[in-house]
Amino acid sequence: MAKELMKGNEALAEAAIRAGCRFYSGYPITPQTEILEYLSWRMDEVGGTFVQTESELAGVNMLLGAAAAGARALSSSAGPGFSLKQEGISYLVAADLPAVIIDVMRIGTGLGDIAQGQGDYWQLTRGGGHGDYHTIVIAPASVQENCDLMQTAFTLAEKYRHPVLVASDAAIGQMVEGVELPPMHEHDVDTYDWAVRGCAAGAEPRKVQNTYYTRPDYVEYLRDKYAQMEEQEQRWEAYRAEDADVVLVAYGISSRISKEAVDLARERGFRLGLIRPITLWPFPTKAFAACENAKAFLTVEINILGQMADDVRLAVQHRCPVDFYGVFFDLPEPEDIIAKAEALLGKEGK
Amino acid sequence: MKLKAPESVFSSASFCPGCGHGLAGRLIGEVAEELGIEHKLVTVVDVACCSFHIDYWKFDTIMAAHGRDIPTAVGVKHVRPDSAVMAYMGDGAAYAIGMAETIHAALRNDNICVFVINNSVFGMTGGQMAPTSLPGERTATSPKGKDPARYGTMSGLELVKQMDVAYVARGELIGSSGMVRAKTLIRKAFTHQLNGDGFSLVELLSPCPTNLNLPPVKAKAFVHDEMTKYFPLGEFVDKGGNV
Ligand code: SF4
Repeated sequence: MAKELMKGNEALAEAAIRAGCRFYSGYPITPQTEILEYLSWRMDEVGGTFVQTESELAGVNMLLGAAAAGARALSSSAGPGFSLKQEGISYLVAADLPAVIIDVMRIGTGLGDIAQGQGDYWQLTRGGGHGDYHTIVIAPASVQENCDLMQTAFTLAEKYRHPVLVASDAAIGQMVEGVELPPMHEHDVDTYDWAVRGCAAGAEPRKVQNTYYTRPDYVEYLRDKYAQMEEQEQRWEAYRAEDADVVLVAYGISSRISKEAVDLARERGFRLGLIRPITLWPFPTKAFAACENAKAFLTVEINILGQMADDVRLAVQHRCPVDFYGVFFDLPEPEDIIAKAEALLGKEGK
Repeated sequence: MKLKAPESVFSSASFCPGCGHGLAGRLIGEVAEELGIEHKLVTVVDVACCSFHIDYWKFDTIMAAHGRDIPTAVGVKHVRPDSAVMAYMGDGAAYAIGMAETIHAALRNDNICVFVINNSVFGMTGGQMAPTSLPGERTATSPKGKDPARYGTMSGLELVKQMDVAYVARGELIGSSGMVRAKTLIRKAFTHQLNGDGFSLVELLSPCPTNLNLPPVKAKAFVHDEMTKYFPLGEFVDKGGNV
């Protein structure tokens, strides 16, 4: 199939359509607004529904209604708007409903700014809303992956009857790359019997509510669900990591710059490698077993506090040092990454 | 004549004695059966007292987040245009935390029915002041009476009725004539949806004896005599009708 040029955000939108998504509700906020703009006409073409809602709160709760009715449903936001989505994400989890929500990360707390950021890592991976939950979080690193992973997101959402979050960022959202689009899927809203539609004569009415009210095994059910996700859904890419002395850990746009740093360092005889988490939750702890030679790990992140470093510390069980290289309102620089990695290795006395 | 309970209503046992919710639930059940939509009706209920209906109605039902019933119902209607879809909530959900959702669904003329049970307080949480509490009304958060200088009194219906929607009406769940009238309003709202006319909002004034700290008979009198001064009964919009 011929490749075509697409902007990251538009690729997410088109890939959702091709994954059978026929419902979108959301609110404009930079840097994800192209998703709305694209779907405002594209949903018409495929006979789907696009609603620009009065707020992210309305958007995510409309998404919940569409998901409960059996549609493959999508919403998207960024920054402060993504915070407003948390109410609905918690309710989607509580009611066992599949849906996909995209966070095109921008930088900073509060209003922050519209440049690329990776400061939502904790919010995405720790359960950003109230209560006791995780969500599967998928982090594409290219426009092509935007296309490929949207299908994965919907598949996993339905497999677990659970919301799935797609963590993109302003850089990948705005960049234009050649992509091969996936084939078109249609989704039948009657696929699952739990979807509300009206209660047939003599049937038990369907009730979409917190499963805690109805499941005697609620606690075990949730624990098992998350254990199964952790066991089965870890995804990552290892790049020249096996023999590396220092292994970088980076996702999204930071992982691309980290790859450059790995190649550059290797040309100079410094064995640098990279683990790129594709799922941020479940965190790909299994990836670290193969890094047999590693003496230190360095996360590369666009945030101030090195939000992912603790997950790496847990993954390597504190067997060797883990540090982070973080930039704010900027992109990581390969030379700076290498310098920090060398310093880390030096400190370990090789 | 022997009165027969609608088959689509199992019970209404958890509501306090004298509460209007059970009456509203029954009327909705009767109307659904009379219109023959009981097998294609999807209801969305708010949390708190409204949510009891999820166990009392024989309809597919979603328990939505507080004040988000309307967008949730709109999501269902888009995906299932052949289903009849209604949102059922209290005045706190519709006119306090969910006011934006109410107004904008009306602005889009979304083809759903909204039923608002207005009892002038937050019920389940213990009778706190609401936008619909009357001036001077004593509630759990206005123990000296609602101060009109600080908190106004209004129903969101007043805004919705100015918009290009299908149907807006207010009734009361009081006495046999009030009940007969309320049933007519509910039926008209569903009929508009089935005709594809768009958004309907029916507000039903309802007694909450528990939180008004009144015996059921006096709570009814409060609704009928006091609440109707601020929230007049009637039909305000009826697309294609005689209003
Ligand atoms: S608290 Fe009020 S609204 Fe709730 S069930 Fe009791 S009387 Fe009805």
